Amino acid sequence: MKTGIMNTSPAPAARIQPGQAVEIAAGVHWVGVLDPALRSFDIVLSTANGTTYNSYVVRGDKGVAVIDTVKEAFAPEFFKRLESICSYDEITTIVINHLEPDHSGALPELMKRAPQAHVYLSSRAPMMFKALLKSTDVTPSAFTLVKTGSSLDLGGRSLAFYQTPFLHWPDTQCTFVPELGVLFSGDVFGCHFCDDRLFNDKVGDFRFSFEYYYAHIMRPFRQHVLTGLELLEPLALQLIAPAHGPVLRQNPRHYVQRYRELAEGRLDDQVLGEKTLLIFYISAYGATRRMAEAIATGAEDEAGVRVSLYDLEVGDVSPFIDLIETADGIAIGSPTINGDAAKPVWDLLSSLHAVHIRGKLGATFGSFGWSGEAVTLMEDRLKGLRLHVPFPGLRLKLVPTEEELAQCRDLGRKLARHLTTPPDELFAEAA
Amino acid sequence: MPKAKVTFADIGVTITVPAGTRLIEVSERVGAAITYGCREGECGTCLTQVVSGSENLAEPSVLEDQVLKDMFAPRHHRLACQAQVLSGEVVVKPA
Repeated sequence: MKTGIMNTSPAPAARIQPGQAVEIAAGVHWVGVLDPALRSFDIVLSTANGTTYNSYVVRGDKGVAVIDTVKEAFAPEFFKRLESICSYDEITTIVINHLEPDHSGALPELMKRAPQAHVYLSSRAPMMFKALLKSTDVTPSAFTLVKTGSSLDLGGRSLAFYQTPFLHWPDTQCTFVPELGVLFSGDVFGCHFCDDRLFNDKVGDFRFSFEYYYAHIMRPFRQHVLTGLELLEPLALQLIAPAHGPVLRQNPRHYVQRYRELAEGRLDDQVLGEKTLLIFYISAYGATRRMAEAIATGAEDEAGVRVSLYDLEVGDVSPFIDLIETADGIAIGSPTINGDAAKPVWDLLSSLHAVHIRGKLGATFGSFGWSGEAVTLMEDRLKGLRLHVPFPGLRLKLVPTEEELAQCRDLGRKLARHLTTPPDELFAEAA
Repeated sequence: MPKAKVTFADIGVTITVPAGTRLIEVSERVGAAITYGCREGECGTCLTQVVSGSENLAEPSVLEDQVLKDMFAPRHHRLACQAQVLSGEVVVKPA
């Protein structure tokens, strides 16, 4: 297949010039912008190299398509670059793969400048589209909702759509040019890395940015990553053009493979066929620790459950995030100190948004001296994270008695049994 | 209590639940790929295709109906956080 992908010779890299589009394949241009000064993306992601907001133009015999736009503040630079490769009245098509503001910020203005252009959005995007335009004076004259299997012809170049929900928003999709093997992948395979040499074989080493981006953006949606890869892997890829970071023209399939490795890598392969219950605790005088040990003892009575016990006093909670991602249930214990749980507990509970934890089994426990608020506060947090918390938190005053330790063992047994009981039996019991 | 059967076509799991159970309560317990957001019928994240048995679900509320319209949802699509299974058999999959 003659792809028209630009060569990857060892010659010195050309650098992006102000106001100039960059051809990335025959008739396909990058018209994005660089944001090298950015150090914190969306408040929560750090980047040592800034980022790029990538937009692309595909020119066919019958039409010109703009794929994604840029963050609103960078719109003037984007339009200047766009104007270097096409006039507004040539634009027949606007495709937005993902409506987050860093990609849709310049869309309202583009729709004004090219009012004849037809907008193509994922079928999951209408509510976001409406919200995006509500504060503007733009009313969409025509838009079409597309799904996997939808395509459109630009004349010698076509756009085929692949819906990839939750990579990383409900509306996300990828757009493929089969004649060139070019995939406009939106945030998938992207990263926050800014380098004006643009192409992956010319820019600096960005592997850490790629991994970091996956870990923070895609990881909570691992199941959806695997579903999306089923769609994208069969494509005859020659080049991946993501919405952030370098254009991946050298060995693009490597990045697809890396996503599969990251999404499939599971610690729980080691405990295949067993359910896993992790019990975390922190303890001032040993009472909450004894509760944790008793819960573990009770849980171990149940066959088919592997129980692990961890003391949060070690401080660094990051290793536990991996464990929790693949566990079936977690129990967390803390004493109450000045009406609250201890800080390491909150460090752990505020780090769990990075992984998929919804629907897992959760439980809380703790010893207290005065009033024992920690247990309820932790329980509220687990419920807020959408864990399933079927048993009330177990709280007891000061040193546990034998009878109270028996209650802890009973909680452990109930948690383990909950993990090993088929869901329909649990529903039947609940009824 | 009356029972109903729900099948999650994406993972091939059928489960018997008490009448009145919302689809999302079941889907997350069995690991179906129906992702949700607010669980209050507002954000539309949990849009779900009802492959068969839509007559066995409670009618959508005014709020759900509006969100489905705003989303341009095709026929036989519901919000999993709102749709309650009433009886018989229902087959669903992520939209």
